[in-house]
Amino acid sequence: MGMTMTQKILAKHAGLKEVHAGQLIQANLDLVLGNDITAPVAINEFESAGFKKVYDASKVVLVMDHFTPNKDIKSATQCKQCRLFARKFDLKNFYDVGTMGIEHALLPEQGLIAPGEAIIGADSHTCTYGALNAFSTGVGSTDLGAAMSVGYTWFKVPGAIRVNVTGNKKKFVTGKDLILYLIGKIGVDGALYKSLEFFGDGLKNLSIADRLTISNMAIEAGAKNGIFPVDDITREYLNGRVNREWHEYFADDNAEYESEVNINLDELNCTVSWPHLPENAHDVSDGKNIKIDQIVIGSCTNGRIEDMKAAAEILKGHHLAEGVRGIIIPATQNVYRECIKLGLTEIFLDAGCIISTPTCGPCLGGHMGVLASGERCVSTTNRNFVGRMGHVDSEIYLASPYVAAASGILGRIAHPEEII
Amino acid sequence: MYAHKYGDHVDTDVIIPARYLASQDEKELASHCMEDIDKNFHVKTKPGDIIVAGLNFGCGSSREHAPIAIKASGISCVIAKSFARIFYRNAINIGLAILECPEAAEGINDNDEVKINFDTGVINDITTGKIYQAEPFPEFIKKMISDGGLIASLKKSGA
Repeated sequence: MGMTMTQKILAKHAGLKEVHAGQLIQANLDLVLGNDITAPVAINEFESAGFKKVYDASKVVLVMDHFTPNKDIKSATQCKQCRLFARKFDLKNFYDVGTMGIEHALLPEQGLIAPGEAIIGADSHTCTYGALNAFSTGVGSTDLGAAMSVGYTWFKVPGAIRVNVTGNKKKFVTGKDLILYLIGKIGVDGALYKSLEFFGDGLKNLSIADRLTISNMAIEAGAKNGIFPVDDITREYLNGRVNREWHEYFADDNAEYESEVNINLDELNCTVSWPHLPENAHDVSDGKNIKIDQIVIGSCTNGRIEDMKAAAEILKGHHLAEGVRGIIIPATQNVYRECIKLGLTEIFLDAGCIISTPTCGPCLGGHMGVLASGERCVSTTNRNFVGRMGHVDSEIYLASPYVAAASGILGRIAHPEEII
Repeated sequence: MYAHKYGDHVDTDVIIPARYLASQDEKELASHCMEDIDKNFHVKTKPGDIIVAGLNFGCGSSREHAPIAIKASGISCVIAKSFARIFYRNAINIGLAILECPEAAEGINDNDEVKINFDTGVINDITTGKIYQAEPFPEFIKKMISDGGLIASLKKSGA
C-alpha cells in the first residue's frame, strides 16, 4: 500500500521504510515550539523530570506572543520564566518583544520551516506549517517538556482525507473562505485524528498566504495536520529564506484516503462562520442584517502582509461605521514594518482603526480587544467558541480580511463588493 | 461518584477560559473550570465525580490547563462519544482518566451514580442499572495514569 504525504514524512522521521494508519511510532523532531502560555507549564514539567539539557539549542523555539507585551503581572512572570529558561540553555530562537511575532506567522517567515520536516508545538495551530509540506501538529505542555529534552515524541500514524481543489477563485475569495467552507462541509470533528491532504489543479491559484491560512485551520476540523505538496509557488517562497537542504514529499499514486472532498474554486463565495462553532459556515450575504461592534484583522490565521494589503484595499478612502472599533494587528515585526513602508498604516489610521504591535491578544480574549456582553465582532481569527474573545454572551463571526474590512465600514456583515 | 453531563464539542476555551491562563496554579484553574457553560460546576462537583459528554470533547486550543483544571476539580474520569486528539493526549500525559464510549455517553444521565472499573473498562450506571463496556487502557497507559502522568511515571521508572 502506498503512503500519503504525511505518512512518508513520519516514516522518514521514525527511521522506517513504511508506516500505515493506526501504527504507533516514535519520530525525531526537527523543531519543537512553545509560547508564553504553554511553555511555562512545559518548563515546570521539564524541571520536575530532572532534565539537564535541551536536545538542540537551535531546535527549541520559544515565542512570547499570547499575552505580550505583557498585559499583567502574572503574564509578565510567565514570560520571565521563559526568558530565564532560554538564557540558561542558550536557545538560539527565543523571540521576545521586539523580535517576536505571532508564532505561526513568524516561523515560516524566518525560514525555520522547510518541506519534509517534522515539528510539534504546544499550540493547536502548529498545523500551519503543512502549507510548506512539513508535518506539524499541536501537542500539550507535557509533550513539549519531554520533547525539548529528548528531541522525539510518539505519534499514532493518521489516516487521511483527500481534498481536491479545482478552478480559480473569484475576486475577494481567499484561502480563508476555502477553509471555512471546508469545515462547514465536514464539521468540526470531520477530520478528527486524520490528515487533510490537498491536491489538484486549483492549488496553483492559492498563494502561500492562502495555504498557510488553510493549513492553520485544519485543527478546526479536528485534523492532526493539513498538508500541501510542494510546487513552484512553494519553492519561490522558500528561496532565500531557507538555506538548508530540504526533501519534498509527494503522496504515492496508490496512497489510501479514507474519503475525498471536492472544492471547485469557481463556485466558492466569501464565507462567514457564525457563532459558536467554525462549522457554522454561511455565504456572506446571509449576514447582511447582522450589526457589529468591532472588527479584528490579524492572528496566526490572517495577520500576514497579504492580509494587511487585502484590508487596506477595502479600507482605502473609507471610514469605519460609527460605533465600530477596528483593531488591526500585523502578525510580525516585518509585516508591521512593511505596512508602514507601503503606506497601509496611513490607510488604517485614516479609516479610524488602531494598529497594534504583534500579539495573539484578542483572538483568545486575552487583551487588546476583549468583547463585552452582547457585542459582536467580525474577526479574521480562527475560533468563534462561546466566550473565546471575552464575555460568554458576545459573538464572533469568522471571516477573511476583505469581509472584515467591508463589514467595519458598513457596520454590519458585508461583501467587499458593496464597498468596491 | 456522580455524572455531570454536557453536549457535543465542549471546547478547551469553555473548560478553562484564556483569561485565566496567566496562572499555573491547579486550584485556581479548578475554581474556574467549565464556568462559561456551567457556573455551578465548581461548587457542585465532589471528588470522584465524572464528566459525561458527546462528540469531540476538548476541541480547540492545546492548553494543558484544560485537563489540569478538570483533574484538579476532583473529576476522576471523562466519558465521551469521542475526544479531540490533543486533549486526549494531554489527559493521558497528566494522568486524567478518559474513556471513549458512545453508548455510555448517550445513556448516562446528568446526576446518575456511576461506577467504573478501569481494569476491565466496565461502566456501571447504578441509577439506571445499565452496564456499558469501554475499551480498557493498555497496561502502560494505566500505569501512567496511576503514577500521576507521563513525567511522574518516567521519574518513577528511573528514566
